[in-house]
Amino acid sequence: MNALPTRKLEAWRYTDMRPLSAISFGEPPAVSATPELPDLPYPRMVFLNGALNTALSTSFAFAKPYAPFAVRGAQPMVLINAEHAKGGINIEIPAGQDAGELLLVSQASGAAPFAFHPRHRVKLGQGAKLTLIQLDKGEGTYWQNVVFEIEVEAGAKFQHFRLQQEGTEAFNTTTIHADIAGDAAYEHFTLTLGAKISRTEIEANLLGQTALAHLNAAQLLGGTQHGDFTTIIRHKAPNCPSRQTVKSVLAGRARGVFQGKIEVDQIAQKTDGYQMSQALLLSPEAEMDIKPELQIFADDVKCSHGATIGALDEEQVFYLRSRGIPEADARQILIRAFIEEALEPVAHDASKALFEDVLDSWWGRQ
Amino acid sequence: MLEIKNLHARIGDAEILKGVTLTIPDGEIHAIMGPNGAGKSTLSYVLSGRDGYEVTDGEVLFNGENILEMDPEDRAATGLFLAFQYPVELPGVGNANFLRTSLNAIRRKRGEDELDAVAFLKLARGAVKQLAMKEDFLKRNVNVGFSGGEKKRNEMLQMAILKPHLAILDETDSGLDIDALKIVAEGVNSLRDEKFSALIITHYQRLLDYIVPDMVHVLAGGKIVRSGPASLALELEASGYAGLEAA
Ligand SMILES: Nc1ncnc2c1ncn2[C@@H]1O[C@H](COP(=O)(O)OP(=O)(O)OP(=O)(O)O)[C@@H](O)[C@H]1O
Ligand SMILES: [Mg+2]
Repeated sequence: MNALPTRKLEAWRYTDMRPLSAISFGEPPAVSATPELPDLPYPRMVFLNGALNTALSTSFAFAKPYAPFAVRGAQPMVLINAEHAKGGINIEIPAGQDAGELLLVSQASGAAPFAFHPRHRVKLGQGAKLTLIQLDKGEGTYWQNVVFEIEVEAGAKFQHFRLQQEGTEAFNTTTIHADIAGDAAYEHFTLTLGAKISRTEIEANLLGQTALAHLNAAQLLGGTQHGDFTTIIRHKAPNCPSRQTVKSVLAGRARGVFQGKIEVDQIAQKTDGYQMSQALLLSPEAEMDIKPELQIFADDVKCSHGATIGALDEEQVFYLRSRGIPEADARQILIRAFIEEALEPVAHDASKALFEDVLDSWWGRQ
Repeated sequence: MLEIKNLHARIGDAEILKGVTLTIPDGEIHAIMGPNGAGKSTLSYVLSGRDGYEVTDGEVLFNGENILEMDPEDRAATGLFLAFQYPVELPGVGNANFLRTSLNAIRRKRGEDELDAVAFLKLARGAVKQLAMKEDFLKRNVNVGFSGGEKKRNEMLQMAILKPHLAILDETDSGLDIDALKIVAEGVNSLRDEKFSALIITHYQRLLDYIVPDMVHVLAGGKIVRSGPASLALELEASGYAGLEAA
């Protein structure tokens, strides 16, 4: 197997994969249990331990058979995926087609540690549309190492909403590579609640004028969970907006990481980049690392970034309590309000409702 | 209704309240005046249960019940309401949602049925209109971007909806224009009955023209140094607080 990244690599400085390298992962076992699926009236592709389950899946007109396409990028996790991938979705939406929604579910479970490496490809032709709702769930010790190749052609719009709800012994590494053409949009939101260690790494290339990227995320972690959200946005054409709002809520001894890099090429004049990362530490042992990075080679650009790390404002808690709201509810209201800004750009009611539901029940578990 | 007996409270090492004694009978409205830093807001926070204040002596009975051991939310449920001198902004929290959560939390604690969204909105819209507030106040985030006067009106909106038995207004009149002042006064006067009392903290006689208090107290140096009828406020406006602290 290709080597796992170590903290000596700059991109992996804050995320230590040694707990993963200490485990020897076998092949995924067969699954008999039927997963609990959300009640959403959309076509679905359901993977159990990395294998497409046709009985649980429904037909989706634009799904092609899996083909082990060549991956781009040379990140360690991508190379490992290239070596081991056996399946994934392969979606092509023809030009001008509004393909509606698609649900992509990955459910994992097994007694002994195992690993699988989904390799997904999504391509939207000119002016096409797709909303992909992706759910990662599971129980037990396993490693899911996902690669996504995304191509959004001119004027197309791809909404990618993701809920990572793996069990707390799981490892989830997801690497997304998105090429976004002129006037096209890639709108991403990940809500991370699960896994022992998770990392979402997104590389978005804005290749034509007024291409748009939203890379938003919220992570709510407790116990000894570790969640890493790492992005690179490359502005390679003029007039492109990019937006990143990343909110981390960390309880117990959880650790959060956000690394966000914005590269602006010389020709990418009038770039409009916005990046905000905020963390709420609910306990003195929780920790957050934030590393924003701007590399700007054009001279007429607007790029703003900001980062804050803090605790809940006790004055706000008191204000709510003085109005009769019990302390636990007051704290939950403020945490929800804190996350709201990252969730707000999710312009899809059913997805938003799904996220709101799991957020509401997260608090009960803390 | 409210009996404060020999109340001593400190913040860290600083003793702020040095033996406050004050009784507000059912149905009465009392005013507290006094110099900056006298401890008026401290008294209001201690009464409503904010953390960070240590009560070293004395007691506070609200309808016969010692409230000093109660959580702030429980004090609110028993009918205590504080209109903050500096209302707190809650970004990301919608005003209507906040009000409804608050009203229903209190109703739940009192064993009453919760109001559904429709019934609540009807109630809230009525109150908004009465306070001559813009309708979009309910949709906005709590106090975020509100002008000083709008924040104070928002406190009055909460009071109108929560219908407390004891309202403490901490300088609600500061920063209000004349029209708003009258609206606030109407808000208080409309709650006036034998089951409602209020403690109005103010620096100005002006508000007391519209809400005529049953008594006026002067808090200085952490103690009530003088009490008298409504006319005391006029007297103070003319003479100031000079010499009172020593009394
Ligand atoms: N957190 C704190 N730590 C130390 N001292 C404090 C703290 N909060 C208030 N004080 C002090 O307590 C005293 C009383 O303050 P308080 O706010 O109760 O006064 P006030 O009578 O409401 O004044 P004002 O009329 O200006 O509103 C002041 O001297 C103030 O500086
Ligand atoms: Mg004050």
